[in-house]
Amino acid sequence: MSTTLPFAQTETRPNYLNVDYGWKSWLFTTDHKRIALLYLFSITAFFFVGGAFAVGMRLNLLTPEGLFAHDTYNKLFTMHGIIMVFFFLVPSIPATLGNFLVPIMIGARDLAFPRINLLSWYLYIIGGVIALTAVVQGGVDTGWTFYAPFSSTYSNTHVILTAIGVFVSGFSSILTGLNFIVTIHTMRAPGMTWNRLPLFVWGHYATSLIQVLGTPVIAITLVLLGLERILHAGIFDPAVGGDPVLFQHLFWFYSHPAVYIMILPGMAVISEIVTCFSRKGIFGYTFVAISSIAIAVLGFLVWGHHLFVAGQSMYASMVFSFLSFLVAIPSAIKVFNWTATMYKGSVSYETPMLYVFGFIGLFTIGGLTGLFLATMAIDVHVTDTYFVIAHFHYVMVGGMVMAYLGGIHFWFPKISGRMYPEGWAKFAALVVFVGFNLTFFPQFILGYQGMPRRYAHYPPEFQVLNVMSTAGASILAVGYLIPMIYLAWAWRKGPKAPQNPWNAKGLEWEQSPTPPPTFNFEHQPVVTEPAYNYSGEEQEVKLG
Amino acid sequence: MADSDTTLAIHEPGLRHHFDDSAQQLDSSTLGMWVFLVTEVMFFGGMFGAYTVYRNMYPDAFASTSHFMNVTIGAINTGVLIFSSFTMVLAVRSAQLGQKKAIIAFLVLTLILGCVFLTLKYVEYHEKWVDHHIPGPSFQYQDPRYVHQAQILFFLYFAMTGMHAIHMIVGAGLLTTLIVMASRNRFSSAWYTPVEMIGLYWHFVDIVWIFLFPLLYLIGHTQ
Repeated sequence: MSTTLPFAQTETRPNYLNVDYGWKSWLFTTDHKRIALLYLFSITAFFFVGGAFAVGMRLNLLTPEGLFAHDTYNKLFTMHGIIMVFFFLVPSIPATLGNFLVPIMIGARDLAFPRINLLSWYLYIIGGVIALTAVVQGGVDTGWTFYAPFSSTYSNTHVILTAIGVFVSGFSSILTGLNFIVTIHTMRAPGMTWNRLPLFVWGHYATSLIQVLGTPVIAITLVLLGLERILHAGIFDPAVGGDPVLFQHLFWFYSHPAVYIMILPGMAVISEIVTCFSRKGIFGYTFVAISSIAIAVLGFLVWGHHLFVAGQSMYASMVFSFLSFLVAIPSAIKVFNWTATMYKGSVSYETPMLYVFGFIGLFTIGGLTGLFLATMAIDVHVTDTYFVIAHFHYVMVGGMVMAYLGGIHFWFPKISGRMYPEGWAKFAALVVFVGFNLTFFPQFILGYQGMPRRYAHYPPEFQVLNVMSTAGASILAVGYLIPMIYLAWAWRKGPKAPQNPWNAKGLEWEQSPTPPPTFNFEHQPVVTEPAYNYSGEEQEVKLG
Repeated sequence: MADSDTTLAIHEPGLRHHFDDSAQQLDSSTLGMWVFLVTEVMFFGGMFGAYTVYRNMYPDAFASTSHFMNVTIGAINTGVLIFSSFTMVLAVRSAQLGQKKAIIAFLVLTLILGCVFLTLKYVEYHEKWVDHHIPGPSFQYQDPRYVHQAQILFFLYFAMTGMHAIHMIVGAGLLTTLIVMASRNRFSSAWYTPVEMIGLYWHFVDIVWIFLFPLLYLIGHTQ
């Protein structure tokens, strides 16, 4: 309504959305909030492209003899993995919610390098277009892991083009991380000390460290892979003295820490939501904050657990196994502290909180089954089975995507200035939870019974569980489509949001208008209290 | 807010709107550049890691290849790069003192030295081409025991020095930009951040070469 009446200035306060409507004002913007929205729409598009490949896989696995040819199926799971990992999960929360919120949460007017921020989105889009070009031209069949020498010598698909796409988009990830690190170090508002930083910011700081330290290694690894594919000099080819395990080491040196790029921002979102809807400060602030850094550091020391059956030295495997167990400690600290935060809090059940419950339960299952896989003997049994698939989907989809949706709902009023329909949102959260578990829990059983991953056909005794999984995937798809519809509706027609609809703590709710103006604040924000200071009157009401 | 920004900009050249003051902006630029250099260390680190693995696997083959490297050109290039780092430092120093002509002179000198390096590198690559030392189908090696292993070394040689050369070319482009900016009076003793940052980059690229030269050219010469 207000958008059609430009002169009704009593109603319309200038904000980052209504300041300009031309396409140039979006494609050449340096406003971190607009760039966050550019990312939000492009990432959502990639999510549905990656999801479409998953639909193809689940359809194929409906029957033991399969629907597609082996080659087609190989391409389906490869493109699903590549799109979901590199073009959805890695940028998902940092580039959207992180981009939007990190500067506001620390009281800054923008990220330290706004033009580099815009450049990162363009790199993401260029990388994505290159990868999609490879898809259109016939796809790639190496698996998202690009293992050599299959990828460097034998595959007849578009390996180099896809690798270039991933390479380019990697720089978008590096630049986002670099921007966050510098911004958090140098742009904090007066009073925003390190131990008052919202845990969302701590989580993104830890994520950025991994992006900056890990991504260059996958970049050079893909360069070496591409050169090897062109020259056939044999650097990863055992037939002429090369070492394919070296490729796996280089690949997982990034790609295991990248798993934490994908989950730490999710944990960051959960920490924010859980305090707000428990109306209680976070339990053990310092531990939750430092555990993010601990996960980032330990995450760099465990890549070898992907190589237990790859011919790595047994002693190396023992060390990697031990270190992998260590990562469970900071992860468990987070789960325990979220639970302790809810304990004796006045918990309410708005949609973001439903996603928090989903996250905590599913991440716990995903994390604990990770310990099974860190155990060398069990790993030998379940390597390359659906057990592994179920494990990392519990973390990535049950964890990260739940947190992403929870965060999108939690900050939707801030971003759009409108409220979403709570009833539909709760219904969708429930559908996602049911659909997710029906999709992936059977895969634990399938994997334990020995069904290998990446096979287009399977023995008939696995069909019941596969049908359950496919049925769950269709429910999950509905659960993802419903929010698309009502959020798009709410963006235009939803009721106007007040500045702080959840009565939440934090600069973005308390001191920045909704939606924020271009420079985020009308006055220089000053921080005078610790994060999540929900105590006081809330605590009295509760404890009575 | 816009008004206060313009007044500030008069006193603080180069200050962008979202920073409080020049000190904060300089802190951000400096930290950003160092973080970028960390990513560069990791980028080259992947290749140094691969080098370490294969040198441990095939020490004799790797040592034998260094007899086919042009140590003379490599040594001259090392000297050229170290000297170019010196002239780069002098350019930063001149920027601090606000001496426009000296900035341009030292930047041009640095650029020339960079081009000398790249030219000599081209001469070396051409020698490798003539000797069939380019990895791939036409690769030939004089010692039949080490053909495959030597090919891996030459693969790493071209990957590492090639990546280094690409960084040199980017650096030459950046130096040219600085020269244009300096000639348009963009720098003063109050604001010369780009000179300092690109100086850091230039030194980093030099340091990479300092590691590449002994690892690729000199390993066999102790035997």
